[in-house]
Amino acid sequence: MSVLLFLAAALRISVPYTFAAVGASLSERGGVINIGIEGIMLNSALAYTLGAYATGNPWVGVGAAVLAGVLTALLHAVVTVGLKADQITSGLGINLLAAGLTKFVLLQVFHSSSNSSRVVGLPDLPVGALSRLPAIGAVLAQPMVVLALLVTLGAQWLVFRSVFGLRLRAMGERPEAGAALGLSVAGYRTRGVLLSGALAGLAGAWLASEQHCFTDGITGGRGYIAIAAMIVGKWSPFGAALACLLFGAAEALQITLQGSAFPNELLQMLPYLVTMLALAGFIGRSVAPRAIGIPYDAEQNA
Amino acid sequence: MAPPAVALRAITRRFGSRVANRDVTFELERGEIHALVGENGAGKTTLMRVLYGLLQPDSGTIELDGRPVRIPDPAAAMKLGLGMVHQHFLLVDTLTVAENITLGHEPHGPLSGYRRAAAEREVAALAERYHLPVEPGAAVSRLSVGAQQRVEILKALYHGARVLILDEPTAVLTPQEVDDLFDVLKNLREQGVTLVLITHKLAEVKALAHRVTVLRAGEVVGRGAVAELSVERIAELMVGRPIPPLAPRAQREAAVPLLEVHDLEVRDARGLPAVRGVRLDVCAGEIVGIAGVEGNGQHELIECLAGLRPPARGQIRVAGQTVSGRSAREHAAAGLAHIPSDRLRRGLVPEMTLAENLVLGLQHRPELGRGPLLSRRALIERARGLLDEYDVRPPDPMARAAALSGGNQQKLIAARELSRGATVILAAHPTRGVDLGAIAFLHQRLLAARDAGRAILLVSSELSEILALSDRIFVMFDGRFTHETLPSRTDERVLGLYMTGRGAEQGVA
Amino acid sequence: MSAGRARAVRLLLPLGAPLLAVLLALAAGALFILAIGEHPVEIYGLMLSQSLGTGYGLGQTLFKATPLIFTGLAVALGFRCGLFNIGVEGQLYLGGFAAALAGLAMKSAPPLIALPVALAAAALAGGAWGAIPGVLKARFGAHEVINSIMLNFIAMALVSYAGHGLFQHATVRTAEIAPAAALPRLDALAPALRGSPANAALGLAVLVALAVGVLLFRTRLGYELRAVGWNAPAAEYGGVSIGRTQALALALSGAVAGLGGCNFVLGYKHWFELGFSGGVGFLGIAVALLGRNHPIGVIVAALFFGALSYGGLVINQRVPRELVEVLQALVILLAIGSQQVLERVARRMQA
Repeated sequence: MSVLLFLAAALRISVPYTFAAVGASLSERGGVINIGIEGIMLNSALAYTLGAYATGNPWVGVGAAVLAGVLTALLHAVVTVGLKADQITSGLGINLLAAGLTKFVLLQVFHSSSNSSRVVGLPDLPVGALSRLPAIGAVLAQPMVVLALLVTLGAQWLVFRSVFGLRLRAMGERPEAGAALGLSVAGYRTRGVLLSGALAGLAGAWLASEQHCFTDGITGGRGYIAIAAMIVGKWSPFGAALACLLFGAAEALQITLQGSAFPNELLQMLPYLVTMLALAGFIGRSVAPRAIGIPYDAEQNA
Repeated sequence: MAPPAVALRAITRRFGSRVANRDVTFELERGEIHALVGENGAGKTTLMRVLYGLLQPDSGTIELDGRPVRIPDPAAAMKLGLGMVHQHFLLVDTLTVAENITLGHEPHGPLSGYRRAAAEREVAALAERYHLPVEPGAAVSRLSVGAQQRVEILKALYHGARVLILDEPTAVLTPQEVDDLFDVLKNLREQGVTLVLITHKLAEVKALAHRVTVLRAGEVVGRGAVAELSVERIAELMVGRPIPPLAPRAQREAAVPLLEVHDLEVRDARGLPAVRGVRLDVCAGEIVGIAGVEGNGQHELIECLAGLRPPARGQIRVAGQTVSGRSAREHAAAGLAHIPSDRLRRGLVPEMTLAENLVLGLQHRPELGRGPLLSRRALIERARGLLDEYDVRPPDPMARAAALSGGNQQKLIAARELSRGATVILAAHPTRGVDLGAIAFLHQRLLAARDAGRAILLVSSELSEILALSDRIFVMFDGRFTHETLPSRTDERVLGLYMTGRGAEQGVA
Repeated sequence: MSAGRARAVRLLLPLGAPLLAVLLALAAGALFILAIGEHPVEIYGLMLSQSLGTGYGLGQTLFKATPLIFTGLAVALGFRCGLFNIGVEGQLYLGGFAAALAGLAMKSAPPLIALPVALAAAALAGGAWGAIPGVLKARFGAHEVINSIMLNFIAMALVSYAGHGLFQHATVRTAEIAPAAALPRLDALAPALRGSPANAALGLAVLVALAVGVLLFRTRLGYELRAVGWNAPAAEYGGVSIGRTQALALALSGAVAGLGGCNFVLGYKHWFELGFSGGVGFLGIAVALLGRNHPIGVIVAALFFGALSYGGLVINQRVPRELVEVLQALVILLAIGSQQVLERVARRMQA
């Protein structure tokens, strides 16, 4: 029973990571590093809260969150793909922007610097007999859990089985090759970034829906963990989702062990240490798409 | 008579003040193999990039089958049935052969799913039809260079190429792969594909091409049926310019070898052998010239001698001290100076000032500062003297190297390397892309260094330069020295023959 | 194009992008201010007069600018060697923690020993933390950006863990450090700053800026560092070991960041407190960008951001101070964007 509870907790915790990490893999497969995931999630969490607050309908909140995610990602795309500026700096700028902006709006709308009013969360799905499963049933009834699963499967198909994914990967590895065949490098890269924004938007929506409100800094670095998971997962949606489950389990373990003698902080470090080991090549080398981080400048390739 | 399949008429293309193509007319008959030959920098690749839409001509027109066309980009060229196999392949390493070939025109299902099986079938059929054996499902990164080239050719054919441009296709191939490629090209021609072969290896021209167009310094200097032109005649057209009078040289006595190279083997960036057993002595007071078509191992040889690339085998001694396998800094400390072939990548830090660039590699010299400090005044004073002595313009120590013309950048590097007190000087293409005044100046400086007792190894694709400066000459072909001679006993025509492959069977070193 | 015009473009370009970015960000900020029914000119005027016009305000601005000088210098040092040190936040945090540990340990040492030891502890801790991604890059080619982000989080967790036995009951701060290890307040020297937390860390920051300037532009090592940053193959040709130089640059960068932790710990509160760094490391990236990776530029940019930070507090009654965070972020995005645009314009003009 406690094992099931633990698994349920791990699954639930990994949901926002999964959305964000799968999204990040779509951006990075196209060659654009998206460190701005954290900021996108933050904006989206607020957008969910505002949408749900204004209408009382959580699905309107989800829609608003996705829209906010796409718009924030669009800013990243304009700066990095359009203007060809540094991707990492742009991502950090977006994170700072979201941190300031969400607090600003929080104050204006809810007159609080710490949290919003209470809003509705997403309702459970009618999963019938499944919901009677001990511990796990309750988790499976949550629409975002199901959606995360579908998104992972869909993204895996998109990246590795679709024409779009083939072209996207070409842009992340060797944009000159794609351009020589008449494909638009900017077009595919932008779409990759926007998709990552939409998925990070879902991650933000889930966070706010779970807490039934927006709190300042609600993402708490989850965007960065998602990027770490994507690296550990070797830039594939599947791998990223698995790494998210692993990181989710580590976090669930922290909660389980709270109050025990085992130092919580050491478990906290686990995702980061695993990521560093992966980057250094100790657990099967994680190799990024080759053209990642490099703005594509047709003038220089003429 | 049918109009030519492709006609480039009166094409002129400038890069800044340099004219890469001047009034070039080039015609391609349907179903022929046409060789476009010329030395490096003669304008062959520029012309073909104009045809493929990668460059726009400043003036001139393009006609396909008699109809004038505009080719704004490669996609347009593709639609018109043109294909190009670049010297550096444009392949996505992590994708499969079939994925690379079908990219951009993928077979797909209703949901835009990529139909891998269909793509692999189509590629297999295409490969079968053109006798280009490839494995459609293999990852491109696993393929040999020859197989990657076949993928590039298939890619062009898949996208509908009826005219195929091959830029130096044999430069990267092993001899066996070259034979295979020739079979492929002949077969393509039989199937009605028109081929342009950019090359400077004349044996290939003879073996494959029907007609040849010779470019020199951006202009067409000859064209005709290959059957009617001898290799000697083509070589003469390629390199033929009056040989400049030899500079008077000082008497020298047979001296000690300062650079000794034994049995050297060096691998290129892809790990393939580029230098295959070179033996060489360069003595005090002599210039040894290495003639050769670029890409025959000269670059790797020089980088290895300079300590920038480890030798796979063999020994290098500078002034009696074994340095092979040591760092670049230790090579330099043993008394080696190096004028690199790629001045913007290796030789300069363009964003730094002239004064700073003049101490690159000398930054630890005690006279340039105290302790850990580098004295700005010492740098500037040193720069003033050298800029004046080597006639670098503008002679402003605080100007950025990026702001100089190519000739002045080269003089800047020569100033630094010739003044560093080295006993051995490696000079790789010291006058490439440099105006005539600067060439004369740099030549005079190299001769003065020789007369001062330095040992100089000169690599150049300019035969006039090799002949004018060298005391002894080696021809490098396919990673080996295939011919040794004296400037008084040879001329550009003979060297040109050896450079394009004669004598490769036996080898001299 | 004439040489004179080329030089003019070269001189204006570095100033143009930051100024354009600041102006555009302020303009965007004005829209925010208008949106909540306030007057942009009044608000900006208030920020300016309060953060620079009074002695106390100036002191606050200097206090806020001090850590930004350190972090801006740290980031700039990395950039100059072609490296992106995002780990400045964690390096500063660890530096502050190490300074506090040293300050706590030296109850009986005289100031001449206690203070230098505390400062050295900060620099060492930050430097060691900075060296990790440097060595990983040199040894395994692992990307320094991701590693230094990871190390930020590890630093936070590590300090939380190490702090268990140290923190005062029911707080997240340590006891006060020995007075001998404290940095003196500036109002002792300049009474006009009375009441403000500006302290001698500012002087240290200026000294470090000077040292970084000397290192970069006057030493053999700095020469090699810049050569690697600009053109690594040419540096290699010049006998420079790229890996070693990069690792050293990140270690030095970390040391500078570590010293930045002293402003709060040794100069202001005299204790270490969880989360005290509050993003100054990330803001250091903005400072370096705006300051064009030059020590003087970094100081100017840090003062600007410091004034902005304190100005935000001043206007908080009328406009949420979060406006300032938005402005800072916009400056980053606009600075990198306008840099690209201006460079392209300059290239067109030169072609």
